[in-house]
Amino acid sequence: MSLVSLDQVHKYYGENHVLKGVDLKVEAGEVVSIIGRSGSGKSTLLRCMNGLEEYQKGAVIVDNQSVENDDYKLRLLSRSVGMVFQNFNLFPHMTVGENVMLATKLVMKKSSAESEMLAKELLEKVGLADKFSAYPGNLSGGQQQRVAIARSLAMSPKVLLCDEITSALDPELVGEVLKVLEKLKQEGMTLILVTHEMNFARDVGDRVVFMNQGRVWETGQSDEVFSNPQTEELQSFLAAVR
Amino acid sequence: MSYQLDFAGLVPYLPQFAAGLWATIELTVISTLGGLLLGTLCAQGRISKDAWLRRSCSCYIEIIRNTPFIVQLFFIFFGLPALGLKLSAWQAGMFAMIINLGAYSAEIIRAGIDAAPKGQWEAGQTLGLTRRQVFWHIILLPAYQRVYPALVSQCIIVMLGSAVVSQISVEELTFSANFVQSRSFLSFESYMVAALVYLLLAILMRQTFALIKRFAFKNPSL
Repeated sequence: MSLVSLDQVHKYYGENHVLKGVDLKVEAGEVVSIIGRSGSGKSTLLRCMNGLEEYQKGAVIVDNQSVENDDYKLRLLSRSVGMVFQNFNLFPHMTVGENVMLATKLVMKKSSAESEMLAKELLEKVGLADKFSAYPGNLSGGQQQRVAIARSLAMSPKVLLCDEITSALDPELVGEVLKVLEKLKQEGMTLILVTHEMNFARDVGDRVVFMNQGRVWETGQSDEVFSNPQTEELQSFLAAVR
Repeated sequence: MSYQLDFAGLVPYLPQFAAGLWATIELTVISTLGGLLLGTLCAQGRISKDAWLRRSCSCYIEIIRNTPFIVQLFFIFFGLPALGLKLSAWQAGMFAMIINLGAYSAEIIRAGIDAAPKGQWEAGQTLGLTRRQVFWHIILLPAYQRVYPALVSQCIIVMLGSAVVSQISVEELTFSANFVQSRSFLSFESYMVAALVYLLLAILMRQTFALIKRFAFKNPSL
């Protein structure tokens, strides 16, 4: 069974049919990039995988759990699925360390000492060991996003959803965040990213999913998709972003 | 027209003023703590998923915010005994101040909560926190921080409003001033002293809140 499996997922915002029957399977350890024009439904698709968005038809199964609109089930699911947002969404009133430790204490019920050890380990991994006591407001965007990654890793998720996580960053800060993602891939983490970083999608991603008009328009191994796009829409999209 | 101010005449009544001042401080401290707690709970109630709870909180808030404080006070002190709930003047005054601040602060705090970016709720949710945990651990403190100046002003308004509870014979500062002027006939001086003390109390309150702010909100900005 795939780690993430979407079967004929339909999503409506009122009259607006946003996802029109999306099928997608992601295996453990895969890095999948979702690309497409704005409004093509790629963020919505990602948010259906952890229950931030409801869908009206179809099935989403992640780590053998059905994603449904049920608070208790979604809380269980959140241990398997981590998410990193475009705007970091760090908690401004907590230090970096407290941000990372919040869920391990409240949700995993780990002791303070255990949480602190884990938090320091994770911050070390994202290269911010020295920022444990700093407040998010005093960090650069790239640093904040790396803290956000460490924070979601604290729940030891099986898959990490990344929603345009470099889009709010200054160009020179994008690299440090992508480096962390590369490291995670090497460690075998499953990553699903909505991204505009075509180089990253091509060089690091295993597979690319091109969304268009609420459908998976074209999908395939990264190098193939980029070197030899089949559909006219993908060709014109790639020509536009390059 | 000439009037000779005679503050020396008030000296024998210092104990009355001190007792009144102390009572005002007590009323203010307890009603501030109680009112802010009540306001926070009501603000949480107003964003609850439970429609019944949401409506009851709105109802309470609108009733209190749209009726005069003195009527609320009289209702509690003179009206409630008819329903079998007998409160002393002190209890009634305290109760009225708490529910008054509770309603106003609930609206202020709710504004702070409404201004929380949706992403804060989502981040908490994706980390597996319950809605309640997200509210208390993630949303609330920055919400206070956003509306802190308004909240401080409201607490001071309630402190100044405590003068009204002298009307049901709670022996606070205004009651003392009344009492002293009726004994000494130095009404100008008595009320001048009372006004000055209220002014100093308000300044003191602002400074206390400024101190609390330094300790409570350590983050650089929101």
